[in-house]
Formats: sequence, structure tokens, C-alpha cells
Amino acid sequence: MCGSCEDICLPGAIVKEFKEGPSSTDIEAYSDIWVICESPDGEIPTWAGELLSKARELANKAGEQLAAVVIGHSLGDKPKELMGFGADKVLVVDDPRLGKFCDDIYANVLAYMAKKELPSVILAASTARGRAYIPRVATMLETGLTADCMDLDIADDDTKTLLQTRPTFGGNLIATITCKKHRPQMATVRPHVFKATEPDMAKSGSVINYSVPDELLASRARVVESHIEPLEGPDITEADVVVTVGRGIGDEKTLEKAKELADLLGAAMGATRPITDEGWLPDRTQIGQTGVTIAPKLYIGLGVSGAVHHTVGIRGSEIIVAINKDPEAPIFEMATYGIVGDVHEILPLLIEKIRQEKG
Amino acid sequence: MDIVVCIKQVPDTATVRFDKEKGTIIREGVQSIINPPDLHALEAGLSLRDQFGGKVTVLTMGPPQAESALRDALSLGADEAVLLSDRAFAAADTLATTYTLLKAIQKIGLPELILCGTHAIDGDTAQVGPGLAARLGWPSITQVAGIEAVEDGAKLLLKRLIDQGYEMVEAELPVLLTCHKTLNTPRVPSLKAKMRAKKAQIPVWSHEDIGAEPDKIGISGSPTWVDSTFVPAFEAKKEMLQGSPEEQVDALIKRLKESGLI
Ligand SMILES: Cc1cc2nc3c(=O)[nH]c(=O)nc-3n(C[C@H](O)[C@H](O)[C@H](O)COP(=O)(O)OP(=O)(O)OC[C@H]3O[C@@H](n4cnc5c(N)ncnc54)[C@H](O)[C@@H]3O)c2cc1C
Ligand SMILES: Nc1ncnc2c1ncn2[C@@H]1O[C@H](COP(=O)(O)O)[C@@H](O)[C@H]1O
Repeated sequence: MCGSCEDICLPGAIVKEFKEGPSSTDIEAYSDIWVICESPDGEIPTWAGELLSKARELANKAGEQLAAVVIGHSLGDKPKELMGFGADKVLVVDDPRLGKFCDDIYANVLAYMAKKELPSVILAASTARGRAYIPRVATMLETGLTADCMDLDIADDDTKTLLQTRPTFGGNLIATITCKKHRPQMATVRPHVFKATEPDMAKSGSVINYSVPDELLASRARVVESHIEPLEGPDITEADVVVTVGRGIGDEKTLEKAKELADLLGAAMGATRPITDEGWLPDRTQIGQTGVTIAPKLYIGLGVSGAVHHTVGIRGSEIIVAINKDPEAPIFEMATYGIVGDVHEILPLLIEKIRQEKG
Repeated sequence: MDIVVCIKQVPDTATVRFDKEKGTIIREGVQSIINPPDLHALEAGLSLRDQFGGKVTVLTMGPPQAESALRDALSLGADEAVLLSDRAFAAADTLATTYTLLKAIQKIGLPELILCGTHAIDGDTAQVGPGLAARLGWPSITQVAGIEAVEDGAKLLLKRLIDQGYEMVEAELPVLLTCHKTLNTPRVPSLKAKMRAKKAQIPVWSHEDIGAEPDKIGISGSPTWVDSTFVPAFEAKKEMLQGSPEEQVDALIKRLKESGLI
């Protein structure tokens, strides 16, 4: 079963043919773009269409085929729908042992497929699950992985290099990351960063049922219970109006005021990372590179400085209102309407006047 | 239960200031701290050790000054500390980092449990934990918000956060966990441990000490490269509202009404 353990051995994951295949630096051996969709519950998440739509553009530019890879259980005919977003083929692994998400099993399956099929690019979603197993896959394939990309492109030269764009840490700069000498080139993207195209139901292609060796489907860990909690309040990624609080609100009393404004406008509450780190609002309200991406009609930022890590998540907003006491705050660079002032003064005024408007 | 806790020293983002002209961070005067999620990993390790015996070793790869992060961990009660520091480790991406950590852990002796933070607040890839587990062929459970030892510590029952809730996962040791900030409340250092930490000898290992191949570490072992950087541009219709707070608010409401948003 397992190859004689080398220095870095993945018990159960090293099957004979693995060793004879090309290495990750043998870049000529790799072609095609893959979009990965894990669906233990048999449902296809909406981000799969978003990623495929973007990947279709990339495949056209690179002159390569696009495959959707669906790993899960009770999938039925659903994987076929992915053809509508531009996939030329769909590879499906459907097995009862994939009916609960298990990090190492899912990673084994994808790494096994990638070592056999040798895709040049692998794109996956940066959901809690994606973040859990995609890094394992990149390690097993001995290649690079760029997390939480905000844009993807193919280089204009003929190297088919994937240009992966994300903020650099620390600075208010955006970096383009490449993985030139290794394949596959792997990247994750948060849901809602890309827009899905209208699915073309007439498009056809082949669905290939894929089977993997049994020993890859075992783990020392297993899910014994699942608790899915419905979200309270309007869903931040769907809301027309989002009131976002940053560190500038200063105290929890002002947070209550901001909630009052949100209620008044039927808005969802959003936050910058310092606010969710502090535990003032739940993690899922964090907007930005490592949070959610939103595209509301109206975004109101209260005491938000406008770090790139945050603003990459709000670029799709139609109207951006910023209230900040520092006229130099970077958020004003992208605000439709800016108010230089103290939130403690502006916010109560705003609430009062909107109340009057509404009668 | 022998436990290795991987910690990273990071700039304290609360003290980071930006150079607005250059668009870069000003590194002088920025304090270094233990990556906040790693403190929860350490606390989890210490309390399991207190319950089952064994030892907690803290491990970090970083520049020589990362030693202070290890001393802080010792003063919280870690038994041993190892610093991986070598110019050849510099500019490692996650693939090179997990290889380096693996080689060090093999030298320390494989533990039953490895604990990491969910993510490092500076790079925020959240890749090192799962990547390290893959190298070991161990299961990894990410975003752990609860740990209960069952069957005398042979198994752990874990609460793992997912996007819409949580799952309970049962895992046999050895296993690697990435610890979420809601897992526990880190303890405060004891005076006695602080004194001991001050005097502790912390071994510093180079790539030769851990038998790491030079082409798998640091920049040469890193497949990803920063190709170019640029300043983001926005083509927003920018308008700074003028006047007293009251006038500004009135102007805003007028514009939002025009757009049909109020
Ligand atoms: C890898 C990485 C990923 C990250 N991901 C994210 C992410 O996804 N989302 C995110 O938000 N952040 C993220 N961050 C953090 C990000 O870099 C910033 O630190 C963060 O967005 C800043 O939050 P803030 O604007 O609330 O706080 P600050 O930058 O501290 O800004 C507070 C602002 O409030 C203003 N202010 C203060 N008092 C008042 C007052 N009384 N009235 C009006 N204004 C006032 C100040 O002038 C200042 O501009 C990430 C960081 C890293 C390193
Ligand atoms: N240089 C390092 N030394 C030791 N542990 C690290 C290092 N970098 C990352 N880690 C561990 O990996 C976790 C995730 O980091 P990252 O993948 O960089 O977001 C951290 O919380 C640490 O536990």
C-alpha cells in the first residue's frame, strides 16, 4: 500500500504510480485548469459557478481545457450543471466515505487525481473547508499555494503562468504572486470575489466518474456530529446596505449606536478585523481579504481606515460612504461621499435625521 | 502526552504605523508579539500536559530575536523551547516552512500532538498547520474551538468551526490541531516560571542541525514568488462633504435620497 517511507512520507497516500509520475518541476508535463468543489452533503455551492466563470476566461486565454472536479457524496446529476459555467468536463468522485468532510481523506483524493491527471492550475474556494484541506494537497504535490486571491490572470507571454493577485501583508500594496517553476499552480479565492456568468444549460461535455484506491479513504479522524446554525439578521453578502464599524468607533456603546443605524436602514452589520478580533462582532461579519466580499448598493464605514486588506472586500459596492476623523485616511481615496468628523458626533446626528426623514 | 506547539513571532498590528507617502509599514518601534492564535494553542497544550503529564515543547522558525517569543512561552509554562534560526531559512513560503518545521520535529522526537494557531496575523495563509500534518501523514483538524480528551487521552473529541456552525470530530492520536481564539483563555505567566524562563538555555538549530536539504528551505525551497507590487487605483466619484457636522449629514442624506437609498 504505502511506498517505502521516504523522508517525507504520506502513509497511505503514496501509491506506486505516484513515484513514477513527473515531479512538480517538470512543468511541460502539466496542462488544463481545474476548479475544485467539495460537497460532502451533495449540494453544489454557489461559489463553484463563480470560480468556473473566472476559470473559463483563464482557460480561453491559456488555450487550455477547463475541468470541474467534484468530490463528495449523493451528488446525483448535479455535477453536470457545472458544464453551464464553461467546464469542458466534470470529474466526479462520489463515495459514501466522502459523505462527511474529513481533511486528510479529501486531500488524499484530490492529490491522487492531480498526480494522475497533471493539471497546470488548481483553483479552490477559501472556505473553512477549503482552507483545511487545500494546503495539504499543495504540500503533497510539492507546489506553491496562494491563499485568498482577489484576482487571477494568465501572463501575456506564452508561459501560461498564473498571475495571482492579493494584498501584500502589512503595506497598502497589492502584489502579484507567481509559481513559475512548479506545477500545478494553486490558488484559493473567497466566495463572491468573482461573479458567476449566466449558466448556459445547452452546453454539454463529459462527466467522468473517477474512483480512487480504498486506502486513501480512511482516516484516524471522523466527524461524529454536525451543527449547522442559521445566520441571524440579514446575510451580509446579500444585503443592499452594509453598516461597517472599524476600530475608530472606540467603544461598545458606539457599536450599539451603529446597530441602531443598521436597523433603521435594514442593513447588515459589517466589521474590520480589529473589531472581530476583539470579539465585538462575530467573525463572519469581517469584510476583506480574509473575510467576506460584499457588493451592496450602499456601504457606510464608521471609523474605518481603509487598509487594502479591508477595501478589497468592498470594491463592488455602488456607493461608499466614509466617516473618519482623519482627512488623510485611505478610505477617502475610494469613498463616493466622505465626511471628516468624529463618529461619536456624526452618528447620532445621522440616526436622528434619518428618523425624521422616515417620519 | 508529549506536545509540540508551533508559534510565530509577528509584529503587533495594534502598534503598526503606515508611511502614507511610501505606502509601506514603518517597522521601527513596532512591538513583536506571539501570534495571538498561537497563545491559544499553547494554552491548550499546557492544560493537556497538566492533565496527562508529558512535556510541552515550543518551536519557532524565525530571526534570532524570535527567541523572546520562546522565552514568553516558557514563562507561561512550556517545558522546552527550540529556535530554528539560520540565514538559509529566510524568505520561506509555507512549503519551505512546513519542511523545516518537520525536520525539527523529527529531531525533537515525534510527539503525540502538534498544536498550531489557526493563522498567523501577518501573512495569514493558514497553510502551515495543515501542510505540516500532510508531511507527517497525520490527520489535521482546523479551527478547533473545543478539546475534550476521551479514552484516557488516546482520543480527542474536538469542536471544529465551519462556515455555518460547527462539527464534532473524533480523532485518534497522533494528530495536529489548529487552535481558534475561542478555544480557551490563555493563562498569565507565573513569577517562578518567569525566573526560570529568563535563565533557560534555548537551543538554536541551523539547517545542518536538523539535516535539512538546502534546496528545500528558505527562498530556494519556496515555489511562490512576489512578481511585482502596485498601488491599488480606484475610479470612484469622490466627494468630500463640507460644512459643519450638521451640514455634512444633511448633504449626505440628500444624496442618499437622490439615489433612492433612503
Ligand atoms: C494578512 C492580513 C489579512 C487581513 N485581512 C483583513 C480583512 O479581511 N479585513 C479587515 O478589515 N482587515 C484585515 N486585516 C487588517 C488590516 O490590515 C487593517 O489592520 C484593518 O482593516 C484596520 O481596521 P480599522 O480600519 O478598523 O482600524 P484602524 O486602521 O486602526 O483605523 C481606525 C480609523 O478610525 C479613525 N478614527 C479613530 N477615532 C475616530 C473617531 N472618533 N471618529 C471617526 N474616526 C475615527 C482613525 O482615523 C482610523 O482611520 C488583515 C491584515 C493582514 C496582515
Ligand atoms: N515560522 C514559524 N515557526 C513556527 N510556527 C509557525 C511559523 N509560521 C507559522 N507557524 C504556525 O502555523 C500557524 C499558521 O500560520 P500561517 O500558515 O503562516 O498563517 C501559526 O499559527 C503557527 O502556529
